[in-house]
Amino acid sequence: MEDFRRSLRVFLAFFAPSFGWLALFFVAPLVIIFLYSVGETVSLTEVKTTWTFANYARLTEPEIVTLFVRSLWLAGISTVICLVVGYPVALVIATAPPRWKPWLLLIVILPFWTNLLIRTYALLNILGTRGRVNELFEWVWLQADGALRFVGLGEYQLLGEDYEPIVFLGRWSGVIIGLVYVHLPFTVLPIYAALERLERSYLEASLDLGAGQWRTFRSILLPMTLVGVITAAIITFIPMLGSYLTPALLGRGQVDMIANVIERQFKGANDWPFGAAMSLFLLYVTFIILALQAIVAMRRSRLQGRDHG
Amino acid sequence: MARRRRQRPGPFDYSRKLSLQLVFVLATIFLYAPIIVLIIFSFNDSRRGGNVIWRGFTTDYYVKAANNASLIEAFTNSLTIAVISTIFSVILGAITAVVLWRWRFPLKPGFEGLVALPIVIPEICLGVAVAVFFSYFGLYVPPGTPWPFNLTNIIIAHITFSFPFAAMVIRTRLQSFNREMEEAAKDLGATEFQVFRDVILPHLKPGLIAGGLLAFTLSLDDFVITFFTSGPDTVTFPVKVYSMVRFSVTPEINAASTVLILITLVLTAIAMRYQSFGDDRQ
Repeated sequence: MEDFRRSLRVFLAFFAPSFGWLALFFVAPLVIIFLYSVGETVSLTEVKTTWTFANYARLTEPEIVTLFVRSLWLAGISTVICLVVGYPVALVIATAPPRWKPWLLLIVILPFWTNLLIRTYALLNILGTRGRVNELFEWVWLQADGALRFVGLGEYQLLGEDYEPIVFLGRWSGVIIGLVYVHLPFTVLPIYAALERLERSYLEASLDLGAGQWRTFRSILLPMTLVGVITAAIITFIPMLGSYLTPALLGRGQVDMIANVIERQFKGANDWPFGAAMSLFLLYVTFIILALQAIVAMRRSRLQGRDHG
Repeated sequence: MARRRRQRPGPFDYSRKLSLQLVFVLATIFLYAPIIVLIIFSFNDSRRGGNVIWRGFTTDYYVKAANNASLIEAFTNSLTIAVISTIFSVILGAITAVVLWRWRFPLKPGFEGLVALPIVIPEICLGVAVAVFFSYFGLYVPPGTPWPFNLTNIIIAHITFSFPFAAMVIRTRLQSFNREMEEAAKDLGATEFQVFRDVILPHLKPGLIAGGLLAFTLSLDDFVITFFTSGPDTVTFPVKVYSMVRFSVTPEINAASTVLILITLVLTAIAMRYQSFGDDRQ
């Protein structure tokens, strides 16, 4: 690397467009939205910056607190499900024979390349009360009912009189399924990367010394890939928290998350200052999560440095 | 001892464990079943409630989708936006990658953070911010602006969120560049520009293609940011499908979606070819 003063003109020729674009179309919009968040609506489209904190104060209204708690809860549960499903998936890919690996990876990555809206819409299609999923469940129900009849328990109607379709759309369950479906590839990749870097001799040692597979997993594999798991959790959780499309389509307006309410401030309620305050709050939450991750990563690398030194 | 070891799975034989294989298979089914059902039912011959019961094979809805002028317009808009924003993203991304790779300068970590920021901030925040920015400066696209200039706002927003991704990919590629090549070229009398064009750029090619494909997919995929920056006359494919889905489910959406999935598959195949091509040359 060379000092920028040594080739100042070339440096500026490269630096100016890159920085200029970000300053104009990224930093300036964030500054304006900050000015809006401390402003008041004076007419239909005009917002005046009055340095008020009223918009931020409104974030403590019970409705908005409930909304934030619900969003954190939905994203949290979905992240945990993604980790629980994603870890074994990453493990299978990482330990597969080398010629299979790229194909198994492709299986996981391919949906990530497919349009988000199409995927959500595809899910919407099959999750309805008359959709394929309920059709499958009904078939299973009929088989189970038939089996019960066969063993002479038919008249008790243990499974109910008829199959009751499960309602997913407009419920938490539907939104959680959607969030997991959309973000699962995000979870698998960092865990897979951590497993690839893993020193395998530790596992061998553990097994040789008589620890079982489960014990080896718990006390060797999981701690050694923890950084990857934390990265996966964060990389999954942040976009989930800001999800708009999944709750809008699968929640049917009944399970709103933060982004849906932000959108309404701009497109429906026309309360731009409040919408600005909400989106900045979401931004702050994101930064806090990222800062926590950075601290954890620094601590760990320092600890590992001590171990090796 | 030897016998016991053979019975137990080896240290890294998790892929042979049946329970783990089952999780993998179930996850794969979960990821693919909805899309496969969508593709199958795009050929379903049913007018009413198109997605519920199978009524025979037809390609009518592909014809209908192809004749739906507003759908085709949205599709064309999406592709146009993706192509233009990809070109800009690759150029800006390459420039940014070179800045971060080549020079030491004050506040560099700050600039690095700034470049990474559009990647990490929630889409809704960026969408809202860019939309408010355009309205604050009165940068509305006047009605009747000729195509493709009516898409300017959307394209600007797309470049803003996709060029940092391209920069990351290209920067990774730059790290494998041997700087002695650059010095050799300079010793032989090449100017700054010639070095960039004849030495650095050819090395960067796989990175530029990978970064470009990423930018293209991101642009084609984006809904939230476009939703905020698009006007009534500048609808993209995802925004159009969203409004169609909200009012009614028509089999045409299945057909149009299948076409887009196909485009994605082709692009992925190209990306993979170039990725392995790049590896071979290393």
